[in-house]
Amino acid sequence: MSDNAIVARQLTRRFGRFTAVDGLDLVVPAGSIYGFLGPNGCGKSTTIRMLTGLLSPTTGTVEVLGLAIPKQAEQLRLRIGYMTQKFSLYEDLTVRENLQFIGQIFGMSTKSLKLRISEQLSTYGLDRLVSQRAGSMSGGQKQRLGLAAATMHRPSLLFLDEPTSAVDPENRRDFWEQLFDLSDQGTTILVTSHYMDEAERCHGLAIMESGVVRADGSPEDLMQNMGVTVVEVQAANLRQLKTELLKRKEIRSAAQLGIRLRVLVDQHVAEPITWLREQFPYLVKAEMTVARPSLEDVFVTCTGEGRQ
Amino acid sequence: MNSLFRMSAIMVKEFRQLSRDRITFGMVVMIPLIQLLLFGYAINTDVRNIPVAVVDQSHSAVGRLITESVKATQVVVVTEAYSTAAEAEQAITNGTVRAALVLPSDLAQRIVQRRTVGQWLVDGSDTMISSALLQLQTMPLKELVNYQPPGETTFDVALYFNPSRRSAVNIVPGLLGVILTMTMILFTSAAIVRERERGNLELLITTPVRSLELMIAKIIPYIFVGLIQVGIILGLGHFIFAVPINGDLSQLLFGTLLFISASLTLGLVISTIAQTQLQAMQMTVFILLPSILLSGFIFPYEAMPVAAQWISEILPATHFMRLIRGIVLRGADLLDLWRDAIWLVGFTILGLLVASMRFKKSLD
Repeated sequence: MSDNAIVARQLTRRFGRFTAVDGLDLVVPAGSIYGFLGPNGCGKSTTIRMLTGLLSPTTGTVEVLGLAIPKQAEQLRLRIGYMTQKFSLYEDLTVRENLQFIGQIFGMSTKSLKLRISEQLSTYGLDRLVSQRAGSMSGGQKQRLGLAAATMHRPSLLFLDEPTSAVDPENRRDFWEQLFDLSDQGTTILVTSHYMDEAERCHGLAIMESGVVRADGSPEDLMQNMGVTVVEVQAANLRQLKTELLKRKEIRSAAQLGIRLRVLVDQHVAEPITWLREQFPYLVKAEMTVARPSLEDVFVTCTGEGRQ
Repeated sequence: MNSLFRMSAIMVKEFRQLSRDRITFGMVVMIPLIQLLLFGYAINTDVRNIPVAVVDQSHSAVGRLITESVKATQVVVVTEAYSTAAEAEQAITNGTVRAALVLPSDLAQRIVQRRTVGQWLVDGSDTMISSALLQLQTMPLKELVNYQPPGETTFDVALYFNPSRRSAVNIVPGLLGVILTMTMILFTSAAIVRERERGNLELLITTPVRSLELMIAKIIPYIFVGLIQVGIILGLGHFIFAVPINGDLSQLLFGTLLFISASLTLGLVISTIAQTQLQAMQMTVFILLPSILLSGFIFPYEAMPVAAQWISEILPATHFMRLIRGIVLRGADLLDLWRDAIWLVGFTILGLLVASMRFKKSLD
C-alpha cells in the first residue's frame, strides 16, 4: 500500500444541473490530519460522501486505503470511521448501549467489546455518563460519544464532517487533543470545518469553494504563498474608509476588527504602507503596521470571487 | 386584528408545507377518492352467489329439479358435487364451499310422506352468510307439484361451528387480522423511516451492515409484538366472548406467523417509499381501510362484486381472515387452507425482495 490514505483524481459530482464538486484532486498522506475548509454548501460533505462510497462520483476516480471506491466500498467500511454532521447515534439508548451496538455491528466479540468500551469510556471522559441516554446529553458530550463510537473498531481512517459545529470552545480544544492522540497512533483523519482556528491545527489543508479546491498545502505554506501583505490600519471613520479602499484593485480585502481595519494589499505593491499613505491622503497620520498573515486572510483571498 | 394576522401567517405556512409534501397531498385526495369508489361499489349486505356443494344421493329427476330451483334463487352457486356428506363436510372445513345441500336417497318417499326434502349443512361462523342460507330453509319448492311441506320449512338446516349464531365468534378471529394489519405495517414502516428522520441511517449505511440483514433484523422483534397481540385477542375472545378455538394451537401459530411476516414486509416496502413518519402512517391507513372493509372481516367476500374481489385477493388480510377463521372456528389446518398459506408466503418473499432492492446502501 502507498503512503497515501486517500487519492482522488478529477472527482466530479453533479446533482441534475448543479455541480456540487468539480474536478477535485486530493492526496491525503497516511497518518496526517487533513482539513477541508470552506463555507457551507461548498461541496465538503458531498466529497466526504464520495470518499466513503455513500455517493458515486459522476466522473473521476477515488482510491481510499488502496481500495477502489465505490466498487470496494463494502470492504472499506470495516476500516473507516465516520462521524456525521448531525448526531447520528440513538438518542433513546444509553452511552454504553450505543457503543455496544456499534461494536457488535463491526463484529467485535463480547470479550473484546467489553474491554474496548471501558477503554473508550475513559479515553473520552464518558465514565460517569455510561448509563445516561444520549438524548439527554449536552452538545460536547454527544460529540465525545460520537467520536468514541466512530473509533470503536480502531479504524485506520476517520472521516469527521463538521464535528465541532455544536460545541463550545473548551470542548473543541479537548476534542482536538483527542484527534492528535489518534493521529499519533497512526490514524489518518479527514475533517471538514469552517472554523479557522481548527484549520490551522491540520497538517494539510484544502480550501474549497463552490465545489472547487481554491488552494491546498500546509497552513504555513498557504499563509506564506497567498500573495498579499497584511496591513492593520487604525484610523477614524473605518466604515467609510473600507468602502474607499475596496474600490482599488490592489486591495484584495478589508475587514474591520474592532477599532482596526485589516487590509490585504497585493504583493505587487512593494511598500504597502507608503503606498497606502500616497494613495489615501486621509491616512497620512494613521497608525499602520504590517501584521502576520492568518488563515482567515488566506481564506478570504482565495474565496472572494465565487461568493454570491 | 393582530391575532388574525398572526394566525393567517401560520395558516399560509401550513398550506405551503402541505402542498410540498407530495405524498401527504396525494393521500389527502386519494384516500377519499379511491376508498369511497371502492367501498361504494363493494359494500353490499345483500349476500348472493354463495359457493355451495350438492350431495345428491337420490340420483333422481326430482333431486335435479330441487337443485335447479335452489340455483334459481341466486343466493347460492353450486360449485361442487360430492357423493357423500363427509366429503361435503371436509369441503366446508377447507373453506371451498360455505354450505352443502344433502338430498337423501329416500327423497321420493320423503315427498310423499310430507317430510322435509333435504338438509343444508351450513358453515355458521359468518352470521351474514348463515342468515342468507337460512332463508332458503323456507323456500316453497312450487316446482314439486304434489309436495306439501310439513310446515313452513322445506329443508332441515344444520348450523356448524356457531349454532347460536353469535357474531363475536366470527368477529374476534377477524379482528386479529385487522389489528395485526394496523400495528405490524405501522411499526415496521415507522421504524425504518424514524432512523432516516433522526439521521441514524446515515451512520448505519457506513457500517458493514447489509441491506437484507438490516431489513430482516428490523422486522424480527415485531414478530414477537404481533404474537403478544394474538395472545391477548384470542385469550380475551375465548374467555370473555366464548369464542371456540377448535383448531390446533400450532396451526394457529404458524398461520399467524405467515400473516405477521407478510404484514411486516409490506411495512418495509412502505418504509422505502415514505420519507416521514406521517407519510408512513397515511400509507398504512390506505392499506388498513380496505383490509377492514374488503377482506371479509365485516362484509362477506361473496357479497362483493368481482372487481372488489380481485382487490380483496391482493390484500394479505383477506387470506389471513380465511386462514384464521378456518383454523379457529372450523378446526382446519394449513394443509386444508394451502392456497391462502402459499399466497402469504409468496407475498412475504416478494415484499422482502422489493424492499431490499429499493433500500440502497447509498445516498445516490
